[in-house]
Amino acid sequence: MKEAEGFHLKTYLMIACIAIFSPLGNVLLGKGMKDVGSAREWSPSALPHVLARIFSSGYIWLGVASLLTFFVAYMLVLTWADYSYVQPSSSLAYAVTGILSYLLLGEVITPLRWLGIAVICVGVLVVGHTAPRTTERV
Amino acid sequence: MLREFLLLTLLVVSGTGGELCVSHAMKQIGEVHDFRPLALVKFVLQALRVAWMWVGVAMMALAFFSLLAMLSFENVSFVVPVTALSYAAGTVGAAVFLRERINTQRWVGVAIVCLGVTIVWLSHR
Repeated sequence: MKEAEGFHLKTYLMIACIAIFSPLGNVLLGKGMKDVGSAREWSPSALPHVLARIFSSGYIWLGVASLLTFFVAYMLVLTWADYSYVQPSSSLAYAVTGILSYLLLGEVITPLRWLGIAVICVGVLVVGHTAPRTTERV
Repeated sequence: MLREFLLLTLLVVSGTGGELCVSHAMKQIGEVHDFRPLALVKFVLQALRVAWMWVGVAMMALAFFSLLAMLSFENVSFVVPVTALSYAAGTVGAAVFLRERINTQRWVGVAIVCLGVTIVWLSHR
């Protein structure tokens, strides 16, 4: 019983890391990429210049660091929980992304978009009540 | 609009494929019980010796640059939710390639998530 509690605790802890660092990383990348310029205007000959601008942006590197933290937490949780459990659970990050986009980037988010994000969260709650592992240990 | 559609497709396919490969590699290593820094470094080095890990990382890198391209002209609050399209692909992939058993409740949850993604997509215009 105690082992089961520990199993769920470490799973939830890792999912919390995923839900925070993934959206933060995406928001930082979004901020950095807006400074680089629209991909609609990228031409093949301009790609080296675009790449140089991407990798000289502080926001991009902060975003990458945040996403790496997310990735390590994701790798760890996948060693004991099913992919099909972790992936939907990590979508909590979508709600946090909406909040951070609004608060940090000042994006205008319409009620319809908030509704879509809320529906995603409901889907996450439904999935979150299923067992973390459905296959036998290797 | 074709460029946006192609970028989203590339992002979803390579991202989901990459995650499936990484998950397959992680299952080969086994469950982590030791969370001390040295043990975690050893775990990362062990993960880097699995071929599936490299395939997964390459695919996820492709997804990353597709994401950067989309973020350069679309809002984060739009781009990130629409990438949840990978839920459908990921769940099917987990059932087919990783042989995970997906129960009805999970399928319902994934369907609701997909409905949410559709609503976010409709909010674009």
